[in-house]
Amino acid sequence: MLRLPPFTYLQPTTLKQALRMKSDAGPDGMYVAGGTDLYPNMKRRHQEPKVVVALGRVRGLRSIRADGPTGRRARDRSNRPTAQPPNRLVLGAMTTLTELAAHPHVNARYPVVARAAELISTPLLRNMGTLGGNLCLDTRCNYYNQSYEWRKAIHFCMKKDGDVCWVAPSSPRCWAVNSSDLAPVMVALDAQLVLAGPKGERVVPAGRFYNNDGINYLTKQLDEMLTEVRLPDPDGWDATYHKLRRRGAFDFPVLGVAVWVRWDGARVADARIVLGAVASLPQEVPEAARAIVGTDLSIEAVEASALAAFKPSKPMDNTDFGLSWRKEMTRQFVKRALLELRERRPS
Amino acid sequence: MANAKGGPAERRTSDRDAFARRVVGRPHRKVDAVAKVLGSTRFADDLALPRMLYTRLLRSPHPHARIVRIDTSRAAALAGVKAVLTGQDLPVAFGILPVSQDEHALAVDKVRYVGDPVAAVAATSEDIATAAVDLIDVEYELLTPITSLDDALRIHEPRIHDYAKHGNLQKVTDLEFGNVETGFAEADHIREDVFFYEGSTHLPMEQHAALAEWSPDGKLTVWASTQTPHYLHQRALARVLSVPASRIRVIACPNGGGFGGKSDPMNHEVVVAKLAMVTGRPVKITLTREEVFYCHRGRHPVLMWVKTGVKQDGAITAMHFKSLLDGGGYGSYGVASMYYTGALQTVTYQVPRYKFQGARAFTNKAPCGPKRGHGTPQPRFALEVQLDKIAEDLKLDPAEMRLRHIVPPQTLTANFLRVGSVGLGACIRKVVDGSGWTTKFRQLPHGRGVGLACSSYICGAGVPIYWNDMPQSGVQLKLDRGGGVTVFCGSTDIGQGSDDVLATIAAEMLGVDLPDVHVVTADTSLTPVDLGSYSSRVTLMTGNALVQAAERAREIVATYAAAKLEVPPHRLVFAGRRVFDGGNSERGVTFVEAVQLAEAAHGTVVTVGSYRTPTAAGRYRGAGVGPSPAYSYSTAVAEVDVDPDTGIVRVERIWIAHDVGQCINPVSVMGQVEGSVYMGLGEAVMEEMPYRDNRNLMHKIPSMLEYKSPTTLEMCDVVTYLVEDPDPNGPFGAKEVGQGPLLPVPPAVANAVYDAVGVRIDEVPITPEKVLRALKDKTKGGVPRFGPTRFPEVPWPEPIRVPPPWEGGDGSALGDAGRQRATAGEQPRTRRSDARQPAAAGRASPVSDREDST
Ligand SMILES: Cc1cc2nc3c(=O)[nH]c(=O)nc-3n(C[C@H](O)[C@H](O)[C@H](O)COP(=O)(O)OP(=O)(O)OC[C@H]3O[C@@H](n4cnc5c(N)ncnc54)[C@H](O)[C@@H]3O)c2cc1C
Ligand code: SF4
Repeated sequence: MLRLPPFTYLQPTTLKQALRMKSDAGPDGMYVAGGTDLYPNMKRRHQEPKVVVALGRVRGLRSIRADGPTGRRARDRSNRPTAQPPNRLVLGAMTTLTELAAHPHVNARYPVVARAAELISTPLLRNMGTLGGNLCLDTRCNYYNQSYEWRKAIHFCMKKDGDVCWVAPSSPRCWAVNSSDLAPVMVALDAQLVLAGPKGERVVPAGRFYNNDGINYLTKQLDEMLTEVRLPDPDGWDATYHKLRRRGAFDFPVLGVAVWVRWDGARVADARIVLGAVASLPQEVPEAARAIVGTDLSIEAVEASALAAFKPSKPMDNTDFGLSWRKEMTRQFVKRALLELRERRPS
Repeated sequence: MANAKGGPAERRTSDRDAFARRVVGRPHRKVDAVAKVLGSTRFADDLALPRMLYTRLLRSPHPHARIVRIDTSRAAALAGVKAVLTGQDLPVAFGILPVSQDEHALAVDKVRYVGDPVAAVAATSEDIATAAVDLIDVEYELLTPITSLDDALRIHEPRIHDYAKHGNLQKVTDLEFGNVETGFAEADHIREDVFFYEGSTHLPMEQHAALAEWSPDGKLTVWASTQTPHYLHQRALARVLSVPASRIRVIACPNGGGFGGKSDPMNHEVVVAKLAMVTGRPVKITLTREEVFYCHRGRHPVLMWVKTGVKQDGAITAMHFKSLLDGGGYGSYGVASMYYTGALQTVTYQVPRYKFQGARAFTNKAPCGPKRGHGTPQPRFALEVQLDKIAEDLKLDPAEMRLRHIVPPQTLTANFLRVGSVGLGACIRKVVDGSGWTTKFRQLPHGRGVGLACSSYICGAGVPIYWNDMPQSGVQLKLDRGGGVTVFCGSTDIGQGSDDVLATIAAEMLGVDLPDVHVVTADTSLTPVDLGSYSSRVTLMTGNALVQAAERAREIVATYAAAKLEVPPHRLVFAGRRVFDGGNSERGVTFVEAVQLAEAAHGTVVTVGSYRTPTAAGRYRGAGVGPSPAYSYSTAVAEVDVDPDTGIVRVERIWIAHDVGQCINPVSVMGQVEGSVYMGLGEAVMEEMPYRDNRNLMHKIPSMLEYKSPTTLEMCDVVTYLVEDPDPNGPFGAKEVGQGPLLPVPPAVANAVYDAVGVRIDEVPITPEKVLRALKDKTKGGVPRFGPTRFPEVPWPEPIRVPPPWEGGDGSALGDAGRQRATAGEQPRTRRSDARQPAAAGRASPVSDREDST
């Protein structure tokens, strides 16, 4: 069977400890949350940390709490609903996907987040997998997510151990795909990510957390840890997420469409449309958003937006399904997402 | 006369039928179910022995290359490594079929696909073995890879195997049963279509594992996840290791699914045996999922061309079928697979004149072999989709049209297959009624559709792989003085329920309860030979062997019980753990007492039974594939939902009726039907074996995640109807169910897609890309179809001409070329006295040694 390589496993209990252990380990160190991404990657030897810093016991990372405009910071560490649904939610990085999908406040205030979480992999993996791990998920590629022997047989690729990209051999960069379901949603919602580093804490918008590069896919510093995700005030907007994959469970997205609209009456005042799994980052398509801003999501506006999203959608041949069909589906899926929002248009 | 489940099925009468059956035909929990559910079943990978070593294999990274040099010194020097083997250590070739002894446990001079094993390491841990394998240096001289059927036809050199007759074509055949041109001339309508059926792999939950032990007294024991312990024993281990078969013991562990993928003797099984001999320690291997993809032996990708002539009412006047199989790097069962793509076209609807041309090519991919339905789902797909088109051309209802032309029971077909019971009509009627066919077909709204297809499958290959006169199945039965009954049989439970079949029949015939029966199987030292769990042969063959053994045991017991009870033995009934007078049930003894009486008077009560298939009617070369003691029948209606914007097909529901002859255990039968539907569904809509053809010819997605097989969420609803049309050749009339119900699923889905959106997808899998492409072509006024358009030129041999029975044919070919010959040193077969069928000589084996020697 495939076996994990030997490594040192550290279990800090405080954020400070964790950060120190990670910086002590240097480039050979990695954080692990649920391990549903990292451990399979280690078994196939395309991620090879010598030191793994586990975040499971770090206090304070596994929480869903309110951060309302009243300033009330009603912690709900046991994730039980408080009497009054809070306004803004802050999600701890170690919140599991199962918790996220089931949490009553998340479902009430941010159904799009619960829905995206529920669409990830399988129940067993959602019990282990976390929000932080999902947002930091390694990019994926059919030439990379393979065993050591398989990759050796094709002489490796530049993302690990090699120097050429087998998807685009003349390309100087890696085109591995951002395959997270929550990342496009967080970008569409303009969620704020809190990063803790050796030099303290900083907050970055989700849209600036990612690079369009399959290897350096995150903008964060090596030692920085994602500690929490601050969601926007839940009022005045609507959002949805549509996921395309071969099977109704288990499969990573081959296309994700996250759409956020701010309503002004029945008109779209502002919008963000973000495509998942077609690039190395969740890809915002501002031209598609522009096509619906100022409209009441008329069929024409929806069609125009879908076309505008289709044009820059450039999936590569490194996931399931053929790339031209996936590109074509961008149009269909953007259209469907917009039609769903149109259904819920305030009158 | 066909009878639906629950109906008053006509049954063979014998004394035991004077009383209602208590076990056979009644739903009960499979005897091995609890152990499976509790996780206490011991699969091969669960086994561990003291001082056990672990093995890893070094596999070829190249699809086609000559091995120039192997340097194992660095690996051998690694601490913990106990032995390193290369092909030089195991130079004897083997292979499941006599005509294709083309495999080595480790490649000797050449590698033929990415994943072909080259060297092996045994070490004290799996980690060390893995590290050591990476230290082996191999120098290869690369050869042109043969990547496709077109390559195989075009590139004659280099040859993947020197023994192939035409460059990279391993085998070609041309069989003619009557003059098809005459038939086409009589037709009112003729269609020619080209189809492609993609390859797929078995994907059993259990990855192959094997453990070998070499005892100090020079005996070898191998435990393995194999469907064919007998072949592993005699044809691979004894042969390659040069150890007499009498000193080798093979134990097949319960398989965590096989589906044909564990039917070949596998190279890793030979390797661990050799390593155990070399090191004197137990040696184990468990393959990774990726390695299971390389072992493969799965469904052959097949390109097919069919020309069928019909009368106005759909009666077939002639059929000409061509198939071209992509076999991958080795022979495996491939020659048989090739013949199977042409064999069963004749057993469903009457085909008065039939011509089959088949060819199997070698390519540098993982070897193909038998997968559930072995070589028949591909032609069945072509045939049933074409019939759907013909029905439309003739403006006939496809269900009605099929019903009119069903092969009658007790038919000898154009290609000399002897068909017994035929429950096909009942199957069609069941699903037509159940699905509401007449209110749905061509009447559902755009995007929804229904499709129908039928099929048939063999109940055991009528001819053994190795020409021999011995039974294909044997059973030994022991009655214990404590009242226990032990059945010893070589059959292997691969999840299909063969242990349960044995226990059920034994309990029924001896009148004991299921828990009183012990089943000891699949151990070449303890159990009589059964050839293996393939070709849906086990229920019929081991069942018949057991019926014989049980009848003999009853005879012994009845003799002494009758004396004591003072009733004639033939009046005795075995039931409820008693032996009693059928006319007066008060008058009896307990089963325990009866056994003790017998043992006291007669000695240990042990009987044997064995089974051989009826003699095949065909006597031409190639006649060995297709004959079977009985044929099962199935019909499916699929209802689908097709999204015209995306091309995504959702199969909502499948109604399936299967003629199983007689259920031994109806819940097991249902399980097999549903499992077959599941597997057929995967082949119909998503499973593919894509290879990276531009550079290294590698399997692109050798993992459970990326090789797409349906999950429970994709699984459709299944409505199952069991049709019981008992076959005189089956035990209690039972036929097969393990494979047949897969066959109608892919064509039913394809036909339903056409009904839904009006495009023909003439290949599987029916992916959204293909559907959308065809829909676009349709909108543009093009051909509303996706599929292959041409069948290439193949150097067919001179046809073997066999007049069908109604033209006075006797099963032999005209002229010399096509006749079967006896080989020097082989006597024509004669029957042993305990065989159930009359003696006959000159049986056909298409895959025997002599076949290709001309
Ligand atoms: C079969 C299968 C199917 C899957 N399907 C999907 C799918 O459909 N959609 C999807 O989005 N994902 C899918 N996944 C991926 C994965 O399970 C989820 O994304 C999960 O949320 C990852 O979380 P984790 O906690 O297990 O991450 P881990 O494996 O623990 O970590 C993932 C990465 O994030 C880093 N990391 C984790 N936490 C932090 C942190 N707080 N700060 C900084 N870095 C951190 C780790 O170092 C690692 O590089 C699938 C995985 C498998 C095995
Ligand atoms: S995109 Fe190219 S470089 Fe990146 S992982 Fe795939 S093959 Fe490697």
